[in-house]
Amino acid sequence: MATGAQMRAPGFGLPAREVVAREAAAREARAARAGAAIADAGAQPGAQDLSLFLHEAPGGQVEMAFAIEGIDCAACIDEIEDAAEAEPGVAQARLNYTTHRLTVAWAAGAEPGPAGVMAALAGRGYRAYPFEADRVEESERGASRHLLRCLAVAGFAAMNIMLLSVSVWSGNLSDITPETRDLFHWLSALIALPAAAYAGQPFYQSAFRALKARSLNMDVPITLGVMLALGVSVFETLNHARDAYFDSAVMLLFFLLTGRYLDQAMRRRTRAEAGNLAALRATSANRIGADGSLVTVPAAAVKPGDEVMVRAGERVPVDGRVLSGTGAVDESLVTGETLPRTFAAGETVHAGALVQDGALRLIATAVGEDTFLQEIERLLDRGATARGRYVRLADRAARLYAPMVHTTAALSLAGWLIAGASLHQAVLIAVAVLIITCPCALALAVPAVQVVAAGALMRRGVLLNSGDALERLAEADAVAFDKTGTLTLPEPAIANRDAVPADLMAAAGRLAHASTHPLARAIAAAAPDAAPAEEVREVAGLGIEGMVGGETARLGSPAFCGFDEQDTKGASGTSHVAVSLGERRALIEIRQALRPDAGAVVEALRRAGRHIVILSGDRREAVAPVAAALRVEDWWGGARPAEKIAVLESLEAGGRNVLMVGDGINDAPSLASAHVSISPITAADVARAQADAVFLGERLAPVAAALAVAGKARALMRQNLAIAVMYNAVAVPLAIAGAVTPLVAALAMSGSSLLVTLNALRARRAAGPEMAVFEAATFEAPASGPPGRTREDAR
Amino acid sequence: MTVLLYLVPAALSLGLLGLAAFMWSLRTGQYDDLDGAAVRVLSDDDLHDDDARDPRPHGAGRR
Repeated sequence: MATGAQMRAPGFGLPAREVVAREAAAREARAARAGAAIADAGAQPGAQDLSLFLHEAPGGQVEMAFAIEGIDCAACIDEIEDAAEAEPGVAQARLNYTTHRLTVAWAAGAEPGPAGVMAALAGRGYRAYPFEADRVEESERGASRHLLRCLAVAGFAAMNIMLLSVSVWSGNLSDITPETRDLFHWLSALIALPAAAYAGQPFYQSAFRALKARSLNMDVPITLGVMLALGVSVFETLNHARDAYFDSAVMLLFFLLTGRYLDQAMRRRTRAEAGNLAALRATSANRIGADGSLVTVPAAAVKPGDEVMVRAGERVPVDGRVLSGTGAVDESLVTGETLPRTFAAGETVHAGALVQDGALRLIATAVGEDTFLQEIERLLDRGATARGRYVRLADRAARLYAPMVHTTAALSLAGWLIAGASLHQAVLIAVAVLIITCPCALALAVPAVQVVAAGALMRRGVLLNSGDALERLAEADAVAFDKTGTLTLPEPAIANRDAVPADLMAAAGRLAHASTHPLARAIAAAAPDAAPAEEVREVAGLGIEGMVGGETARLGSPAFCGFDEQDTKGASGTSHVAVSLGERRALIEIRQALRPDAGAVVEALRRAGRHIVILSGDRREAVAPVAAALRVEDWWGGARPAEKIAVLESLEAGGRNVLMVGDGINDAPSLASAHVSISPITAADVARAQADAVFLGERLAPVAAALAVAGKARALMRQNLAIAVMYNAVAVPLAIAGAVTPLVAALAMSGSSLLVTLNALRARRAAGPEMAVFEAATFEAPASGPPGRTREDAR
Repeated sequence: MTVLLYLVPAALSLGLLGLAAFMWSLRTGQYDDLDGAAVRVLSDDDLHDDDARDPRPHGAGRR
């Protein structure tokens, strides 16, 4: 994802040789991934049912969308489209390079073969994931098209009316005849009235909704200002007056629509990116058919009552009750607990849990059928309502601003009437006040900064879920971290690599490639290039045995390799795997490792004056060493979801705004109820959906970067609001004095909007200790995670 | 000033033409993939129609 954005225009500004070299490197990497993909495909059961994702297109064709991973240069477009179109029955394949999505259409009557397309793309080194745009994304797309159409109409009208208005203004100073001026005013009315009726819809509707709910938002003065300006201008035109305000009304709409469109575009872009990531990580389920055969289906296609098979190394796709089988299950993504628990028939397992060994046959249950999930649901509801009380900066400004605008206009009307002006003159001045104060710069002040800051964050591996997340992030002065999967890496890693003899380690690596056990995967990940051992056989419940360099090698439980129970006592939270080669043997310690930059990030956050706490669902003795290593004094272990919320509430009662960083299902309620929240991309779906932002990659530094950029963005938003207020302080007295002509209004309006937009561009640069820790991290490694990880998660 | 009688309609109809063109381009999805459009223009597969199903890897066959 990130690489696609960085290399958006490959070749421009680079010497040709370098471009060729880069693309060659990209091809090589893809070829390597293609090999891995084929190996993977071999491990999967044959039958796949993806009919859930197919839908009928007009003309009888059947279409399906895929999210594609691995696009890194422009040449990929041809390669992907040609590979998909070479499949039988495919009528057309079209890749969207911006969103990294491929739409494949099968000819009418042809049998659609999505699995074939996925295999063809995997052979070329791209991973394709079935993709279904969610309803929110669809409706946002519709809304943004409507805004763009309104913007186009307002732009057209503003340009043409300005053409006529400039003629009138210059004519008024020289020799325009009253008849020509009237003609121009009528033409302006002809353009402005229908254009304003069409382009103003977003504001009228929102203002109407606000009034119906008996509140005031920024759209109320906008609607009032536009309506009054148009009405007065028509009245003036009827009376053959010198000036009309058609241009001001339409230009106002144009600027406001620009702000609104920018705001929308930012949220839409994030949503598209998040949709792709969700597709990449969507789990598939092995459904057991009526005839006992296994069919791989997307987890979303499993209905309550369906039977599902989960084998060692797979994640549980849906909540369910165990029908038969036993297995050790790692529930760290659910409860934060790192010690695996053994499940037997009759117990309930939760989606997201990882089966370490054994196999479970589940019957899927509806969401929330057991106490743990019910508690989560209940807490989530409560958290969501608490969050709804937050008022955005722009709305807070509007609440102050709207009544002030109306009072000023009414006062100047009354004032001029008392001073003896005619009703006509007084109304004209009041309208001028309304137009001048209409919050042009105010409407652009916040969205312009949001767009620039969200772009800056996206480049640094942080995706925002909500528009006001930036404001709330900037207010955070305490950070609560979950331990498992947040401070630590989601996958366990070898802890004592140097203590194990190199040849034993190599043998372990070669054996590990033949096993699906999660602990074996940690060893395999440490030796990615090792060739799998020969003559491997699996001894159920104990480990695997094979030939390495002519000697018998074993990898598995300590007892399997001849260790006594006493030897394996170690630090808690550590799992032991033993390896033996001939007569020699060694213990490998595997544990959840801290993210590589966790210490530096926590230190930087502390230096920036933020209070740090750790809130973990894991056992106290597993949390203590982490807290000690990070020098965090406030920490809680063994906390249930409700207790986490209680801690957050006590912190908030102490006057702090808490940023919650967490990834588990048990964190979801606290993510929803904290002032603001961030999840790693590896988080459970429900947690990611509750978080205000998501960060990519192995490092924690994006969290620090998010705080730094948000702080900068908030400062700029305030500056922008100050600029808007200052502009009013100058322009409003002029308007009240009756000195504002349409020309002055036009200049003031565009001038302040331009100033605010230019100021917003500065949000790209942020500084401070938090930014420094991010930059130090990026020089060592790119922000996006290794490709291997997403591959494993997708299974 | 009679010149205005056809100059103003001319100016307005040109503007409307531009607006109509924009609406058409929006409706036909030309703003859906801005990054893709920028790089697709550089692809020269229209020159090699005969080897469009070239079995060689594409990067190698095309430069």
